[in-house]
Order: sequence, then structure tokens, then C-alpha cells
Amino acid sequence: MSELDELYSDLIMEHSMSGKNRKGLDHPTCSLLGHNPNCGDEIKLEAIVENGIIVDMSYSGHGCAISQSSTSIMIDTLKGKTIQEAKQIISIFIKMIKREELSSEELKSLKNARAFQNVANMPARVKCALLSWHTLEDLLQSLDK
Amino acid sequence: MKMTDFRKDFPLIANSKIAYLDSGATAQKPFAVLECMKNFYEKTNANPHRGVYKLSVDATNEYVAARQTVADFIGARSMDEIVFTKNATESLNLLAYSYGLDNISEGDEIILSIMEHHSNLVPWQMVAKKKHATLKYLYINKNCQIDESELEKITNKTKIVSITALSNVLGTKVDLDKIIKKAHAVGAKVIIDACQAVAHMPINVSDIDADFAVFSGHKIYAPLGIGVLYGKKELLEKMSPFMFGGDMIEYVYENDTTFAPVPTKFEAGTQNVAGAVGLAAAIKYLQNIGYEKICKHEQQLLEYAITNLKKLPYIDLYCTDELEKMAGVISFNMKGVHPHDVSSLLDGEGVCVRSGNHCAQPLLRFMGLDSTCRASISIYSNKDDIDKLIEALKKIYEKFKKYIG
Ligand SMILES: Cc1ncc(COP(=O)(O)O)c(C=O)c1O
Ligand SMILES: [Zn+2]
Repeated sequence: MSELDELYSDLIMEHSMSGKNRKGLDHPTCSLLGHNPNCGDEIKLEAIVENGIIVDMSYSGHGCAISQSSTSIMIDTLKGKTIQEAKQIISIFIKMIKREELSSEELKSLKNARAFQNVANMPARVKCALLSWHTLEDLLQSLDK
Repeated sequence: MKMTDFRKDFPLIANSKIAYLDSGATAQKPFAVLECMKNFYEKTNANPHRGVYKLSVDATNEYVAARQTVADFIGARSMDEIVFTKNATESLNLLAYSYGLDNISEGDEIILSIMEHHSNLVPWQMVAKKKHATLKYLYINKNCQIDESELEKITNKTKIVSITALSNVLGTKVDLDKIIKKAHAVGAKVIIDACQAVAHMPINVSDIDADFAVFSGHKIYAPLGIGVLYGKKELLEKMSPFMFGGDMIEYVYENDTTFAPVPTKFEAGTQNVAGAVGLAAAIKYLQNIGYEKICKHEQQLLEYAITNLKKLPYIDLYCTDELEKMAGVISFNMKGVHPHDVSSLLDGEGVCVRSGNHCAQPLLRFMGLDSTCRASISIYSNKDDIDKLIEALKKIYEKFKKYIG
């Protein structure tokens, strides 16, 4: 179970159980629903974006520990970033999951999201880890229009 | 507990250490089937019906013999009542298009059970929408069974009752006799989805007087890509073709065509002859063992699995408490842990179970669930597989309990 053991780490499990990023926002400026039809993971991201900065984010939804914790950790990682910075970190996260080479600078920018590195070796769970990141990517993309 | 060992007949099972508990999705194939297909391709392969030479005649003969084997297997009166398809889904679509669209009109009702697989549900939604008919569902009670009072939904308006013989999520056996009698009393036709059932119990379409029945070969140890539609001959004869092209015709003119007699009318294009041959081999393998032995073996295992799962207080089981009314599959969840995580971790322990909605979203929604883990058994499953499942679940719980709280 070693690789799996590493994946289901304290960090990931605690985030998946914790409600800290499920607090809900009173006046979100944007939101988007993301889901994996195959496995039923579903998350709704809400964000307050002001002057090009992601001031706050929250999520609701349900699904496996990987999808839920990935969402929560993403929020911790990207809160306070500019849209441009966030987009870049999202693309680095996706690169990591796709097993592409990352510079140490890039790795560092992922902070706790590095915990999902092992997902790259589990094709069946890649979608779970990427769900919220892809959803936020789409959400930020829609703000550009 | 002494159990017969069929494992040696299945190369994938005999040569691996995994506990394969997903036969409900697709079963592994015995040597008998693999060899039969190899033989066909090495010695008999030709396009049946289209050649006068001996090899083509041999291929045709094997195809016809396979049809007869299937007819005998499910108790059809004649092999003309057996149509080969690629799977149960195609069989059900054939029925929806060729029977449903022509025989359902505005205001009619189609009855399904809430346990239906999407393949016996979505095609009927298509028919109901196109024809402005109504879909009605027979719901299950807390004990995962259909109460007799639900059958009151079958009325004079009912034209089709399409129902599974065995739930692929709950393992519930459906009392087909009562439903078929009630449906026939109001003049409705009955379609039996025998997809899960045929692996675990005998289905005799004549005894139960089913109008149509469908199943996929791959769940009864036959190759992928071959399925069966049974239909009463007089019904099949009245139905229009589903797909058009070669083989299914009689005379083709520039602007008109007459069709071949059943079942050929429904088999357009070159067929999966090797698949049919493999299916016949799988049926013979099953018949050689006999359902009595199969049922006994599988029921013992099912009981063993349920007894041991019940000893784990952190496991929720979704099945009837009447063991004799279920077969083949067991759905469960670990409290507080998502089924996808459980099945990933089980995979890490060499135990293959399916997790998700099992192509039965309406059922899961009805039960207030998103998804479950599902362990399904077959003749090659053994006590060891179940022990591995139980031990792995214990291990997963030990790891997770501090988070579950
Ligand atoms: C009850 C039931 N019906 C229909 C099907 C569809 O079978 P196939 O995908 O082989 O067409 C399945 C397969 O899971 C099933 O379990
Ligand atoms: Zn997931």
C-alpha cells in the first residue's frame, strides 16, 4: 500500500475532512460547478475576485478524499494571488500530475499541493485531483471575457 | 466450508494473486471458451452465408449451432427466436426502436423498476419522449425488494414492462412470475433484462412466458462483443428491422427491399461469429457444471461474505436481509469514507471491486446515495477472495478511523 499510503497522508485526509474552506462566501463575484460524471465527484467553487486578485475562495460539494482535499489545498495555495499568478500555478500543478519535469522554483510555488505528486502514478485518480484546478482554470478564463 | 474449485479453468484467475470481485461488470473467460475461439479462427473462419465453398459452410454451421445452443440454454421454442447482438444494451435499443416506437402511442405507459441499469432505462426515456408516453417505476422497499402493491402500477394503459431479473447494484432477485402474470393480464408485453441473472440462476423464457429477454455474453464467461435478444417469434416477425444492410435482406430493388425472415432480419452486416461460437462454448461450460452447483457455491460465498461484512460495524450494507432473495453482488460503503477511496485502497491490497453508481443513478438517488462499492462473485470466486476483501477493509479502517472520528 506504500504509494497509496503516501497519497492518503495526514495533510490530504485532514483537508478532506475539514470544513475550513467550505465556509461559504456572502458575496462571491463568480462561481462555477465542476464535476466528474464518471465517478460523481462534484464541487462548486465560489470566489471573490477584485482588481485582478483572488481575495477569497470557498467550495461546496461532495466526492472522494482526493477531489475534496485537492480543492481545499488549492484554495489555500491560490488565495491572495493575482489571476495571472493563479493561472501559472494551476498549469504547474497540471504539469506535475502529468509527470512533466518541474523546476525547483515551480515545485516550491505549489506549496502543499505537492502532496498530490503520487497521483501521477494512479491513472484512475488523476481526474479526482485535477477537478478543482480545471474548474478554477475555466472560471478564471471566463473572467477574461 | 468445502467449495469446488473452478479457478484452474480460468487462466487470468489461476495465474494471478488478485481477488477479482468484479465479475458483475465482466467475467473472466475459461480455457474452454478461449480454445474454442482460437480453434474457430485457426480452422473455420470465413464469412458465413456468403460463400458456397466448404469453409464458409463450416463457419455458417458453427454460427447456427451456437444459435441453437443459446435457444436451448434459455428455453426458447425455436432458434429463430434468438437474435445475436453485440451486448444487452444493443438488444434493448433494438427493442426500443423496433418494438417501442411502433407500439407505443400517446398516453401509453411503460413500466420499469427503479433498479434498472441505464441501458434498460435511457432507451425507454427516448421512446416515451418521442411518443408522449409516460414512464412509471416500481420502487423498492427498505428491504430492497419490490412490494406487491407496487404492481398496481401495471394497468390497462401499460404497454411494456421492462424489468431486470437481478439488480446489478443490490443483488435483489425480482419475482418475475408475478410481474409477468400481471402484465399479461392487462395485455402488456414483458422484457426481461437477464444480464446479471443468467450468470447466477437458470432463466427459462418459455416457463416464465417472457415476451422478450436480453443478456450479454461477457458476464457469463463468454467473450466481449456478443449479446442476445430473445423474442417470441410472432412478435419478432411483426417488428421492423433495427439496422439495414447486407444479410438482413431478401430482395433489393432500386427503391425497395424485402427482408429476410427472423432472426436474420435483425442481423445486418457481417456478424461476430467467433463471439457466438465463444458464447456457445461458455454456455456449455456452465451447463457442464450445472446451475445447482453454481448456485450452491455462489450462495455459500455470498453468505460467507455478508456474515463477515456484518461483523464490521463501520460497514454499511445495501441488500435485502433475505439471503435467498439475492445473488451475485453485494453493495457496501465504509462509513465516512468515499467509495472511490475505498476501492482505490482495496486495489492497493490486490482486491478488485467496482465503485460508483453502477449505471443505476436513479436507484442510487432513490436510496439517497451517490455511490457504493460493489463486490460481485462468480464460480471462480472463493473464500480466500472474501477473506482478502475483509482483511483489506479492516486495514483501511485502521488507517482512516482517526480521520472519520
Ligand atoms: C442488469 C444489467 N443490464 C444491462 C447491462 C448492460 O450490459 P452491457 O454493457 O454488456 O450491454 C448490465 C451491465 O452491467 C447489467 O448489469
Ligand atoms: Zn474522485
